[in-house]
Amino acid sequence: MRVKAFLILAVALILGNSSFAQEHEKQEKFNAGDFVIEEVLDAYWWHIATYKGHETAIPLPVIVKSKIRNQWFFFWSNKLYHGKQYKGFFINHHSPNKGKIVERDAQGNLVRPIDLSITKNVVAIWISMILLFGVFIPIGKRYKQEALQPPKGLQALLEPVILFIRDDVARASIGDEKYEKYMPFLLSVFFFIFINNLLGLLPFFPGGANVTGNLAVTGVMAFFTFMITTISGTKHYWKHIFWSPEVPWWLKAPLPLMPFIELTGIFIKPTVLMIRLFANILGGHIVRITFVALIFIFAMFGIIAALGISVVSVLFIVFLTFLELLVAFIQAYVFTFLSAIYFGMAVEQGHH
Amino acid sequence: MELLTPDLGLIFWMTLSFIIVLILLKKFAWKPILESIKQREEFVTQSLEQANQARQELEKVKDEAEKILAQARKEREEMIKDAQEMRSRILSQAEEEGKKAKQRKLEEALQEIEAAKQNALKEIKDTVAELSIQIAEKVLRSQLDDPQKQKKYIQDLLKNTNLN
Repeated sequence: MRVKAFLILAVALILGNSSFAQEHEKQEKFNAGDFVIEEVLDAYWWHIATYKGHETAIPLPVIVKSKIRNQWFFFWSNKLYHGKQYKGFFINHHSPNKGKIVERDAQGNLVRPIDLSITKNVVAIWISMILLFGVFIPIGKRYKQEALQPPKGLQALLEPVILFIRDDVARASIGDEKYEKYMPFLLSVFFFIFINNLLGLLPFFPGGANVTGNLAVTGVMAFFTFMITTISGTKHYWKHIFWSPEVPWWLKAPLPLMPFIELTGIFIKPTVLMIRLFANILGGHIVRITFVALIFIFAMFGIIAALGISVVSVLFIVFLTFLELLVAFIQAYVFTFLSAIYFGMAVEQGHH
Repeated sequence: MELLTPDLGLIFWMTLSFIIVLILLKKFAWKPILESIKQREEFVTQSLEQANQARQELEKVKDEAEKILAQARKEREEMIKDAQEMRSRILSQAEEEGKKAKQRKLEEALQEIEAAKQNALKEIKDTVAELSIQIAEKVLRSQLDDPQKQKKYIQDLLKNTNLN
């Protein structure tokens, strides 16, 4: 135990000092807020480490279409390192569009191009996809070949989870007759969120990206839930929204108060889904990175202060990481479960 | 604020990637996995049912066997009882017969003895008679040597003999 603690401390010190050195050179004064936000935002490259002011990052492809020149541009993001300009593009350091690629029009205004760059989050999504395929396609193959054999290895580990999603999420919320149609989506969403949550907990490449703590990612998944819910809505579902027999008439006409609220609910539900996952994962990332930032802040007061706070920070980060492991599962489960409940509401027939 | 503004590029790539995830995993993972699990569950249910049936059948067979065994046991007991009865009957019969035979033999022996006795007595009588005659002859002969005596004897005889 003691050896481990020393190792963690040593690693924290090395990382802390080097990063601090880099920040020190660049900005003179460490800005904790910017540091934290930068860590949880998407980026045009994948930062690996900074050692003695020398940055190591994986450059990623930039794909932009200039609105001014009406032309597509493809180049590696290392052309934009350290505020450099390339073909009129550079990374903006001020709001709005802070940290995004921009260009200047003839009047000198900053214009955002159409930006389909393969960013850090896109790469992280692809890594998680490769992992998902690498794990589940061989398992699927084994199931196909030996359907009646007892599960083994990774298959045995994941089968209870799959059964849990099937029995306690899909069947329980959608019903025995209709749940099967929604299983592929529910399983995909669950494992996609779960694996990205876990990868997000890793402090270094190929993890560390804040995928599920990004509004665009959670939004897309929530949009899928919304679309599936809306498409599978039965007559009963729509009737329940626009003319529910449980609601007294004066709430429906002449002023359609309840229908309006119900209709809003259709959009609020997936929105809440999107925000819950985003906020939970982002929160976890921010808290953990803040403890790292704390080391840098204290480092400005000297090595002793940095050393002291390192111990506290590392302990807290370890504790929070365990907490986040729990959150990683719970949030994946909640997203899946609520999606299933919405599907269940959409396909419900008659009254309960 | 950058945190709350979803990036168009990321939305595009995420949508594309997620659709690919859905399609590929549905085709190569979820479908075979769920189908196989279902198949296996059905197989397990079926097997359990079959096992149940087999168990019931076994129970039935066991019951039958028990019945047969009980009957056999009863029969055996009866047979033993019968055999014992027969044995005792035969024994008593034999005893009786033995007794009878003994009696008969005894009687026969007694009869034989009686007969032998009679014979012997007869023979003795005969022998005694003969001997008496011979003795008498001898006595007479010796006594009747002289004619005097003969006369006297005849007179005695005549005296003893009643002339009726």
